[in-house]
Amino acid sequence: MINVQGLVKKFKDFVAVDDISFEVPAGQIFAFLGPNGAGKTTTIKMLTTTLLPTSGSILLDGNDPVRSPLQARRSFGIVFQDPSLDGDMTAYENMELHAVLYAVPAHERRSRIEKFLKFVELWERKDNFAKTFSGGMKRRLEIARALLHTPKILFLDEPTLGLDPQTRNLIWAYIKTLAQEQNMTVFFTTHYMDEAERVADAIAIIDKGRVVARGTPDSLKESTQTTSLEEAFIALTGRAVRDEDASAQDKMRVMGKVWGRS
Amino acid sequence: MSVIYILWLRQIKRYIRSRSRVVASLAQPLIFLFVMGFGFGPTYAKAGNGNYIQFLAPGIVAMAILFTAVFSGIEILWDRQFGFLKETLVAPVSRAQIVLGRTLGGATVAMLQGLIVFLFCLLAGFRIESFSLLPLALVFMFFIALLFTALGTIFGSVLEDMQAFPLLMNFLVMPLFFLSGALFPANGLPVAMRIIMHLDPLSYGVDGLRGALAQGFVFGPGADLTFLGIAAALLLGLGSWFFSRIQI
Repeated sequence: MINVQGLVKKFKDFVAVDDISFEVPAGQIFAFLGPNGAGKTTTIKMLTTTLLPTSGSILLDGNDPVRSPLQARRSFGIVFQDPSLDGDMTAYENMELHAVLYAVPAHERRSRIEKFLKFVELWERKDNFAKTFSGGMKRRLEIARALLHTPKILFLDEPTLGLDPQTRNLIWAYIKTLAQEQNMTVFFTTHYMDEAERVADAIAIIDKGRVVARGTPDSLKESTQTTSLEEAFIALTGRAVRDEDASAQDKMRVMGKVWGRS
Repeated sequence: MSVIYILWLRQIKRYIRSRSRVVASLAQPLIFLFVMGFGFGPTYAKAGNGNYIQFLAPGIVAMAILFTAVFSGIEILWDRQFGFLKETLVAPVSRAQIVLGRTLGGATVAMLQGLIVFLFCLLAGFRIESFSLLPLALVFMFFIALLFTALGTIFGSVLEDMQAFPLLMNFLVMPLFFLSGALFPANGLPVAMRIIMHLDPLSYGVDGLRGALAQGFVFGPGADLTFLGIAAALLLGLGSWFFSRIQI
């Protein structure tokens, strides 16, 4: 379902993603793990057509995101690391806009929006503005939205970041249901190793732009002679703390506060 | 088509819902209208030029449209900050459709703002001299709105954050306004300034509005429409091109 061969991304002299290859079969829940700055988000961006690779090939359900981005975009749904809702619109309006952007047939829009808002238990709140939602509710709404055009692949970039344990369990329960009942392929990143251990069918660990290990949660523990995925992860990527530079968007978030916009 | 429509509708909904923004962006043109209008009125009349409000009002309408339009275009930056931009950029639609929907929506909002200011002008004593030319005035309002929303779109696509925004307002938008002939007539000015005024696209918008609503045209309606049309098409094209190059 997802096929990546020899993927490379260079920013001037810096190699963010250095020749990675992997495959994810249909219906699999695939965890893409790595320390900060390892190249996870850069890889997701290339897979989801928002960043052009320097070299290498990607196929999503047979579509090449570089050569035919519009077709590739129909095949996946994505929940970004940062919120991507319009807070000044209601939950329903956010869904409706997505349905139009993804050409969901007009006569099916309402029933599909209802189905997926009910799936994430937000139907009662459909007429509330997204900005009034808690972090967990926003995330659930984004998941519902990503499912609206019935994609074959779902990308989740740190879907449970900053959420309470109850919401995190709820979100993983949704995702497992989707993979099992709809045969959806799920590609996710997270820093919570216990979640990856519980949910993922297969794992790839990336560090400094390279895939350093692949396998199932059990095989990774076995090969590193550890008892938890977290220990295996640290054994594979080391204990040093990684720093990242603030992006322009992080800086802008600060500016936004100064301007009274958030 | 429906993609353009839903993005247009989004801009309208956001405008209607942010009443504080509507009121805040009325303040500046209304201060100019009332303070300048009544402040300079007697001097203007003594110089033998007639009623200043009659001269000033179309310029103030153009001003309201200019500022709202640039701001609407630059809203791309806020959408980038709040993440919504990503949602439209990974959608299976062409960037051109997204830009067109956003720009038409922003232009409509700017035009609504211009119409509100126009109503205040009537309150301030402005009289429409020829009702038959009113539709032409609306056309000019729309062209001004489109042109400057497209300009805002360019900056919204090129800039990465709001740091440069005050710079843009002070060094581009304010001069565009002051050099458009919105506040004073061009005749008798130094040649250099007249040349600059001829290069300011807003001059043609102000002239068109003033010609259609109050006194005669200086450049002529044909020249005004041609210049505005070309400038709008050019900036819209540039805006789409810059927008299509956004990577997130």
